[in-house]
Amino acid sequence: MFEPVILKNINTPDSHKLSAYINSGGYQALKKTIEMTPDTLIQLVKDSGLRGRGGAGFSTGLKWSFIPKDPTLQKYLCCNADEGEPGTFKDRAIIEYDPHQLIEGMVIASYAIGADTSYIYIRGEFALGADRLEDAIKEAYQKNYLGKNILGSKFNHDMYVHRGAGAYICGEETALLESIEGRRALPRIKPPFPAHVGLFGKPTVINNVETLACIPHIVNRGAGWFASIGPAKSPGPKLFGISGSVNKPGLYELPMGTPLREIIFTHAGGMKAGKKLKAVVPGGVSAPMLTEKDLDTPMDFDSLAAKGTMLGSGAVIVIDDSMCIVKAALITHEFFHHESCGKCTPCREGLDWLVKVMRRIEHGQGKEGDIELLEKLCVDIFGRTFCPLGDGAVMALRGAFNNFREEFDYHIKNKRCMVNGNR
Amino acid sequence: MLSEAAVNEIKDIRKRYATARSCIMPCLFVVQREYGYITEEGMREIAKILDVKPVLVFEVATFYTMYNKKPVGKYHVQVCTNIACSILDGEHILDVISRKLGIKVKETTQDKKFTLSTVECLGSCGTAPMMQINDKYYENLNDMKVEEILNSLR
Repeated sequence: MFEPVILKNINTPDSHKLSAYINSGGYQALKKTIEMTPDTLIQLVKDSGLRGRGGAGFSTGLKWSFIPKDPTLQKYLCCNADEGEPGTFKDRAIIEYDPHQLIEGMVIASYAIGADTSYIYIRGEFALGADRLEDAIKEAYQKNYLGKNILGSKFNHDMYVHRGAGAYICGEETALLESIEGRRALPRIKPPFPAHVGLFGKPTVINNVETLACIPHIVNRGAGWFASIGPAKSPGPKLFGISGSVNKPGLYELPMGTPLREIIFTHAGGMKAGKKLKAVVPGGVSAPMLTEKDLDTPMDFDSLAAKGTMLGSGAVIVIDDSMCIVKAALITHEFFHHESCGKCTPCREGLDWLVKVMRRIEHGQGKEGDIELLEKLCVDIFGRTFCPLGDGAVMALRGAFNNFREEFDYHIKNKRCMVNGNR
Repeated sequence: MLSEAAVNEIKDIRKRYATARSCIMPCLFVVQREYGYITEEGMREIAKILDVKPVLVFEVATFYTMYNKKPVGKYHVQVCTNIACSILDGEHILDVISRKLGIKVKETTQDKKFTLSTVECLGSCGTAPMMQINDKYYENLNDMKVEEILNSLR
């Protein structure tokens, strides 16, 4: 049995309060941190092999090392808590049940990069989480884990919560920065990267909640300990959120690289009675779906990339045999269409067109050539936009075509659904 | 007119950011709380207090979906219809609510008590199907639970 690291406190009564966090050894890592130099700390995180848990899987230590060392420059840390990828509900658990773990990780990260101010960008719907974070920040100020001369050091740090207002695009890091700056959340072109020109034009690191929650544990238990969990190239504990047609949906903390089959059938209790596994989305809806034959794939960044899909946020959505893939794809693409920010023409217009064609296929009005049209639209969207939203939509649709093209063909030819004789 | 407490809250928000413009989003939430939705008057008041052009407030208010540009009922019922909820028949939950309240999606009951909306993923997929009423999440829904929740708000 894997001993939970990030979720170890969540079943403790009042786990969101400072007293509970202190009782479980909280803020010891911060005490260790202020005895270290920022460079030693960055090296430690590099050595741990920690890769960003938001989906991109970039080395966290390396990201921190890109921040200019000039002490006269203002720098910022932003925590991406805009958890919005459908299927994903991991960061919410950390925020609601163990906010101090995140705050401690953020203070340590800020110390490493020399940031005196940080913002937690939390999606607006997470009202309870945002309230808990604000309360936890107040507690941390009272104990001097935040504020001036933290724990007697020369390090000062202020932390604020910034509430989003219902825009998936804010999970994209440069859109998130625009949103904190009080603008419409339209992604920026890169380069320049946020490490040089970020929030208010200053060097900025943006890290995901789960990534930052790993930091105190790496400081406490060492890079070697972290690197020893799971595959050498993407190590550490990982939160997997399982949803859909399983007996025990929920959040599971397991070593990175745990096979998909074990996650679904051992931890999540297998398929609901009478349902057969049809498809699995392994990392939030942008990740192309897998099928039965892929269930032995280890859930880590590289193994899933080798299968043509991605770990993303570790959100596993299990689809059973009563679900029509044309319908599942339509739901997914209505989402992308709704959330496209409108900045780049290929995504804005392409997704609008894509969804129109998908709607008519779903509703029995598809025409011959529609699939080819969708494929062409995919080519015209993919890689032609500022941010990966449009790419995500294309990857999701290609995943559906690769595995279930016959269902689209059937819909067009027979004007009804292949599954359950629906409509 | 915004209340004195709201104006003070806005002044307090101003301390958290390097620029006045950054305060627009949190200030819009203050206005929404004060007036029940985002009014043009409220947006102009924000612009005045922050000393920014009103258009900068309008453009933000119209981009983000959580700012209600029209009045909503006392209880804003938002039902998730994204994939994880859909697999577990979130659409049926939406039907049940719609029938019970006697309104369709995007409508408000005559007594102005309930507004019904569908919403994209709210990050509660392990406890699907779900809905949000005002700030609160209601999870693992079934017919009976929905019935009880709506009755408790009547």
